[in-house]
Amino acid sequence: MTILAPSDTQALPADWRDFFALTKPRVMTLVIFTGLCGLLAAPGSINPVIGFTAILCIAIGAGGAAALNQWWEADLDAGMKRTASRPLPAGRMQRSDARDFGIMLSAASVVIMGLAVGWLAASILAVSIVYYAVIYTIWLKPRTPQNIVIGGGAGAFPPMIGWVAVTGDVTLMPALLFAIIFFWTPPHFWALALFIKSDYAKVGIPMMPVVRGQASTRKQILAYSILLVPLAAAPWFIGGTGAIYGVTALALSFAFLGLSVPVAVRRSEEGDAMKPEKRLFAFSIVYLFALFGVLVVDRVAAQYGFSW
Amino acid sequence: MVGIDHMTPEEQTELRRRQKSRNLALGGLLVFLAILFYAITIVRMGD
Repeated sequence: MTILAPSDTQALPADWRDFFALTKPRVMTLVIFTGLCGLLAAPGSINPVIGFTAILCIAIGAGGAAALNQWWEADLDAGMKRTASRPLPAGRMQRSDARDFGIMLSAASVVIMGLAVGWLAASILAVSIVYYAVIYTIWLKPRTPQNIVIGGGAGAFPPMIGWVAVTGDVTLMPALLFAIIFFWTPPHFWALALFIKSDYAKVGIPMMPVVRGQASTRKQILAYSILLVPLAAAPWFIGGTGAIYGVTALALSFAFLGLSVPVAVRRSEEGDAMKPEKRLFAFSIVYLFALFGVLVVDRVAAQYGFSW
Repeated sequence: MVGIDHMTPEEQTELRRRQKSRNLALGGLLVFLAILFYAITIVRMGD
């Protein structure tokens, strides 16, 4: 990969806000939220200081992985409208600074997690960072249209880490929380990729709509949405949660499925407003926030003896 | 990086501003970490 000139000729040191932007703060809110929900929904209790540290480490680890992702993809980001103004493609920062910043954040998050919370949670955090920065970003994203399916794994780790921070072991419940985000990611991201696909095509990233075509992508969105219905309700079926979670999860998943059907059966034309795709994408974010939120509500309700 | 002597006055002012804001951000981070590690130590000693 070639290192381009703008960052080399930059005269001023980077602003701290650009370092903050490298951590992808918007993605981080979802990471923090799902990590926190995993932590709060887990059976048992955790000291608030240790719990806070666990969430902080999950966030810092995600930030480090995001910085490494932007270091590696600076050339690609420069070619896409959505990402061209990021600190590296815009030439506001030295490329090596982004790399060192990412490595430092990643290492610090794992070490602090290990010392303060536990080494199992720290190990899963380390795996998640390597998974996102190396396996996904460097290896598979430029090589296969299944990149988003694989990338979903990276986003699926936070609730599992939050859960393990409390319990200290990996059981079926944290594995299910992992699976829910894993299977949620492809329909979530492909809905987005359907209405911004021209950008990915330009920089040669093999996104599903570009490689396999729209029709195939739309069918796959529907397939994952169908899978999500039993999967999202599985924590209830195995007795890991109460009916508050179970019924809400089913309602949310059927709504998700309902919104993905119009996406699956239509074909877009030139100048299409892509309303069903945009609606599905917007709802997919609400879906995940609501699903994990109700997981915590269910647990709190059970603690107060309220369950049905 | 261009030496500070070769910068225009505007660039020098901007450099100082960025240095100052970076120092403040880093200082704040270090204070936060010191407090956090102190709190973690107290909690873990009680385990």
